[in-house]
Amino acid sequence: MIRFSIPRTIFAVLGSFLAICFWPAESYSDLLSGTAEEAGLRVATESRERQKGFGNFTASLTMTLRNKQGKETQRSLRLKVMEAQEDGDRTLFVFDHPRDVKGTAFLVHAHKTGPDKQWLYLPALKRVKGISASKQSGSFMGSEFSYEDMGAVEVGKFTHRFIREEPCGDLKCLVLERIPKSQDSGYSRQLVWLDREELRTIRVHYFDRRDEHLKTMVVEGYAKYLDRFWRSSTITMINLLTGKSTVLLWSDYKFGTDLDAKDFTKTALKRIR
Amino acid sequence: MKLLSEIESRLGNWAIMLRWPIIIAAIVLTGIATSGTLLLEFSTDHRIYFSKNNPQLLAYQAMEDTYGKRDNVLFAIVPEDRDATSALALEATEWLTERAWQIPFASRVDSITNFQHTAADGDEILVRELVDESAFSDAEERSRIRAIALAEPALAGRLLARDGGVSGINVTLQLPGEDQMREGAEVAEHSRKLANEFQERFPGIDVLLAGMVIFNQAFMDVSLDDLKTLIPVSFLAMAFMLLLLTRGFSGTFAIMLVVVMSVMTAVGVGGWVGLPMTSPSAVAPVVVLTVAIANCVHIYSAVVNYMHDAASGTSENRGGRTRRDAIVESMRVNLQPVFLSSLTTTIGFLSLNFSDSPPFRHLGTFVAFGVGAAFVLSVTFLPALLSLLPLRVRASLPRENSLIAMFGKFVVRRSRQLLWGSGLIVVVLVASISQNELNDVFLHYFDESVEFRKDSEFIVDNLSGLYAMEYSLPSRSPGGISDPAYLSDVEAFAEWYRGQPETIHVNVITDIFRRLNKSMNGDDPAYYRLPANRELAAQYLLLYEISLPYGFDLNNQIDVDKSATRMIVRTQTLSSNEVIALDQRALKWLEDHAPNIAGTVSSGTTLMFANLGRRNIISMLVGTTLALVGISFILIFALRSWRLGVTSMVPNLIPGALGFGIWGLTVGQVGISLSMVTAMTLGIVVDDTVHFLSRYQRTRRELGYTSPDAVLTAFRTVGQALLTTSLVLVAGFVVVSFSNFELNSAMGKLTALVITLALMADFLLLPPLLMKFDANADGALPPLNS
Repeated sequence: MIRFSIPRTIFAVLGSFLAICFWPAESYSDLLSGTAEEAGLRVATESRERQKGFGNFTASLTMTLRNKQGKETQRSLRLKVMEAQEDGDRTLFVFDHPRDVKGTAFLVHAHKTGPDKQWLYLPALKRVKGISASKQSGSFMGSEFSYEDMGAVEVGKFTHRFIREEPCGDLKCLVLERIPKSQDSGYSRQLVWLDREELRTIRVHYFDRRDEHLKTMVVEGYAKYLDRFWRSSTITMINLLTGKSTVLLWSDYKFGTDLDAKDFTKTALKRIR
Repeated sequence: MKLLSEIESRLGNWAIMLRWPIIIAAIVLTGIATSGTLLLEFSTDHRIYFSKNNPQLLAYQAMEDTYGKRDNVLFAIVPEDRDATSALALEATEWLTERAWQIPFASRVDSITNFQHTAADGDEILVRELVDESAFSDAEERSRIRAIALAEPALAGRLLARDGGVSGINVTLQLPGEDQMREGAEVAEHSRKLANEFQERFPGIDVLLAGMVIFNQAFMDVSLDDLKTLIPVSFLAMAFMLLLLTRGFSGTFAIMLVVVMSVMTAVGVGGWVGLPMTSPSAVAPVVVLTVAIANCVHIYSAVVNYMHDAASGTSENRGGRTRRDAIVESMRVNLQPVFLSSLTTTIGFLSLNFSDSPPFRHLGTFVAFGVGAAFVLSVTFLPALLSLLPLRVRASLPRENSLIAMFGKFVVRRSRQLLWGSGLIVVVLVASISQNELNDVFLHYFDESVEFRKDSEFIVDNLSGLYAMEYSLPSRSPGGISDPAYLSDVEAFAEWYRGQPETIHVNVITDIFRRLNKSMNGDDPAYYRLPANRELAAQYLLLYEISLPYGFDLNNQIDVDKSATRMIVRTQTLSSNEVIALDQRALKWLEDHAPNIAGTVSSGTTLMFANLGRRNIISMLVGTTLALVGISFILIFALRSWRLGVTSMVPNLIPGALGFGIWGLTVGQVGISLSMVTAMTLGIVVDDTVHFLSRYQRTRRELGYTSPDAVLTAFRTVGQALLTTSLVLVAGFVVVSFSNFELNSAMGKLTALVITLALMADFLLLPPLLMKFDANADGALPPLNS
């Protein structure tokens, strides 16, 4: 049984768009040298590296789910994220809205190897429950995001390939293809647009198991924090099969808070308000 | 009127003079029209049976927009030993479950093997597939799985037979709907390939296919079958009958040529104007083939008769006639009745456009095109062709003593008895109309020889119902589905439905809440009940959503703002009346017992089809009435006599009524397609009356005969042709009745019956009526050419 990779989720959520400024560690023509596979791996690794080293942060998230006819509903939550030494990140979600799930808290310990650990605190039950689920490709709380869309992209979990360069909006983008190594992925492959300068994720196309274009994710409103870390304000995911979409609105990013490992334990869950 | 008789008398001459240009033009134009067949598209979507503003369709679409589409393919896994949880059966089920994801547009695959089972393990909640590979070799694990699945309300009676013998894999599809035919065909083809691969791999296990997409595909297969078999059969049958009845090769050849060109034009023009081919409209070629023959037979038999008269010199039209004269004369006397009968037939078929169900509108329009083409061809191309072909005239059967003439004499002699006798029969049969019950069973649209029907019935008997009633149950506010008062109403409704004799399975969200509550409380059976408060329910739901894998979300059961849930009830195969009655009962129950459920909407294909027949009968009442009024006025105007026009309505109306009377006494079940028969046959049966009356009146006016003498002449001159055309029509619709598509075959049977009755009415009832109501009017009629 493989555990959920929600921690990555969080990162993903945030993380895909983080870019660390080791700029210019390598010139960009160096990045693209070699075969398409070598270039792809190098770009993906570099993009991931730039997201590391932020320590911790907190943020607020509003999630808007919209169906085909435009009927929508909102959920809002706060999250706290901490980088762990030599391991995946710790992430804590606390729900504020809707009211009947207010105070529900969800903790994820991501692991670089082995299954992630997850706990949920249900205030109505006043109990913490570990969750163990068999597959990682599920929907993120009924949204069009699945967990694997949300986790930071661990380079080792995919085979990467550089495809081409092309303009994307005002920016110049590198287009990468990544093929998940896991059998449990809901996708056959993804196409990723990273901007050439900062290697931030601009857009992702997800292809389902039959290699049909299933979903499109668009990331907008990047701002830089601590002079190094890029965070977006809006992420939109559109499901082309069902016509449904989900918009994530990010706000109140705070870096360098006084969070520590004690805030990310099972016992800490119950104290969350 | 001068102009008309001018045309009548000249048309034959023109057709002969210009025969080559006419023949060439006819062939070229037919060719152009026929090229439209390339544009013909088959529509295989069951939704095409519903007009755009059909309320059941709108409700269904709203439901689809909220909860996603329910188009599906259902694989039934049938192990020889009837143990769906044996090692081999589980392995096979898992294999097919995995592969089924590859079916185009699949958004979700459900089976016992990938069922998301929740269980408690100390402080942990486990959410995982019910079956993993370890079960294949572990008998104890397998019996555990079997026990869980049979106790799980979401599985037993739906994806696992309650006796554990057969299991199912349900593949939900989100067809984009841009090209239904291609999408459906792709899915069906992929599914069949998968099923074949499965059977090679697991020889001891049978696999059957059902589901909406396969149902749609069955429509398609049955239509293609109809096209492939019914058309050649009816063509041969027609040719044979013509040969037998006209006893002339050239004539048969000419008539069949006209008819085939009419069919090609009808189908081609239909293609040009964008009519789709569907199971009902696929019989259009056979219908055109049938109705187009009538005109030709009248013209041809008149030509032969006149030539025969000329040869034997016994007719009232003395003087040696050449073939040319015979053609001219035939055109002169036939143009009016042929035009009238084509017009009335066209009106009858066009009135199908009042149907609420588009495929029947398409059928009517296709046939109307064919009848129009047949008219034009039979008054231009046919005489032109006849003037070229060798026509052999047999000097047989002096017509004064022909059987039909003798029959005419009998009718005239016995007119009083016939009038009262048939009157009695009419009263009895009309009273029997009420024996008919509106009763469509849409799984039975296909007869027992169609694989889909056989597989479906097996699945209903051995796994689960294929009829599904869907209920969207709204709460009073966003997030309101976690309200305990709402949930207990939903649960009570589900329990009520489970207690109904028609019910096989109920899929309802409260089962998930109960299961979660139990798992969250250490799998204590005492907690297998609804959560005690709203927060707890909402938080369980959140937990559950977090732990479900790809494709297993609850969006198909819960709307986006968690204000409503969908409950799906699978039932036995029911008739439309039973479906509607069950739904009414359910809605009434909700009204009386579920105060916390606000404004339930019921929907689903089952209910849509159940309502279709009723809606169609209502819409066709209007169509039939208008066709009747239109046709009657045309007759009154054309015959220029109120008395004849009104008299003619009796033999026009009565056959339809008698047909339904006999149907009521013998079959008693009326479905959607039969609501069309009255309007459709009206246009056809009128033809006989038109020919009979037109000849009767012409004789009265031009030769000043008395009513009985005019009847005798009509019998002698058109009797044979009426018999011939009616036999041909009956034969054509009998062929239609061999369709594997129940809607078509019932329609064919009843139409054949009505046409037979119409001939009887024209021969047995109309003459006595004329002799009674037209007898004293001798000489009162204005001469025709006034």
